[in-house]
Amino acid sequence: MADGVVLLDAYFSMFGMRARLALAEKGIEYEYKEENLGDKSPVLLQMNPVHKKIPVLIHNGKPVCESLIIVQYIDEVWKDKSPLLPSDPYQRAQARFWADFVDKKVNDAGRRLWTTKGDELETAKKDFIEALKLLEAELGEKPYFGGENFGFVDVALVTYSSWFYTYETCGNFSVEEHCPKLMEWVKRCMEKESVSKSLADPKKIYDFVLFLKKKHGFE
Amino acid sequence: MEKNNKNNKENVKVVGFWVSPFVHRVRWALKMKGIKKYEYIEEDIYNKSSLLSEINPVYGKVPVLVHNGKPLSESSIILEYIDQVWNDDFAPPLLPRDPYQRAQTRFWAKFADQKVLESAWMVLCSEGEKQERAVKEATEALEKLEEKLKSGNSIFFGGDTIGYLDLMIGFVSYLYPVWEEVASVKILDALKFPALVAWQSNFLNHELIAGEYLPPRAEAVAYFRWRRSELIPVYNRMY
Repeated sequence: MADGVVLLDAYFSMFGMRARLALAEKGIEYEYKEENLGDKSPVLLQMNPVHKKIPVLIHNGKPVCESLIIVQYIDEVWKDKSPLLPSDPYQRAQARFWADFVDKKVNDAGRRLWTTKGDELETAKKDFIEALKLLEAELGEKPYFGGENFGFVDVALVTYSSWFYTYETCGNFSVEEHCPKLMEWVKRCMEKESVSKSLADPKKIYDFVLFLKKKHGFE
Repeated sequence: MEKNNKNNKENVKVVGFWVSPFVHRVRWALKMKGIKKYEYIEEDIYNKSSLLSEINPVYGKVPVLVHNGKPLSESSIILEYIDQVWNDDFAPPLLPRDPYQRAQTRFWAKFADQKVLESAWMVLCSEGEKQERAVKEATEALEKLEEKLKSGNSIFFGGDTIGYLDLMIGFVSYLYPVWEEVASVKILDALKFPALVAWQSNFLNHELIAGEYLPPRAEAVAYFRWRRSELIPVYNRMY
């Protein structure tokens, strides 16, 4: 174990998947602890008292919270292997910008796709597709957002692909139809072992969301 | 003679808006790095020019830093860029160098925006029961910030002198009181938040800050009074 690395996580979380993915990219061995978010462990409450959320990376007993902050931390500490952020300051800033865009635009619209209906759902669909199209344009002809190599923005976005089936089914649309190049990118990423082993099963996520919809009355 | 043309300070432009705390962060950061001569372009965000949509096509917002013709937006990202590019004996570091300390700093900067600023803004743009709820959230957010400041055992979030986190939290020193006045509430008081109140005055009096770039108080109050009247009905429908 690389100097005691523990990850508090939840299988379905696209944020947790980012941490898993970064650790896998760097080849870091760690202890994975699945949290029941309906009954949070004392460790989680102690390690993230401010937000009480996963993922939390615990390195040598010290916690790091917030998925993109965790990924940057992993990249900075284990800097000799598979760099995720570019070293050029401008490109680095651009990578941060697009990862932040995923958090701001994709996340919110995605959530609305399974928690709303009627007009609100239609708006969510429009917003979601618009956000993906902007990302698709940013990807352009590059194999990855990071260029020739899988990078920070790839980590930030690819975990959402495990939720596409849920979003598409709830919103009655196809990501591939609107963003074919982005789906090609998803398939390319899934060929990487680090990605395929870090992402949750889309069907399992959908079943989990159905359970949540019922529980919280989002039907 | 500039050895490295890439760092030529004349190739810096900042597009901003006089009362935006996000813009002030960028200007303070440049000042801390010794960059004083740059072109500042005031943008009327209620009447946006084509410049803004050119250099910030995704969000169309200020601040935008343009360095050697290349634009960057989002204040936290701009500050990290500034810290990376201007990095020598005359340019003190904004963020800590240790990865764990950096992670903590980034965490609290995100908290400042998502919880402290967001909740205070909701207090400003609401009334009645909605405002009461917002005041509760704003108080809770400040309590966490107060604890963070106390636990650091230093007068600034950055230690003995101001750093990235102080710049990100800077709005608490001069805008928070304005928003409180406009919203007719008092949240950040010296009894409940002694460390933060002391920090407010230490920050504003710091030689690097010393009132520079800050909007005149009366004008800021008038501006936010107008924003409050515009946004109360909007937020009423949304939340």
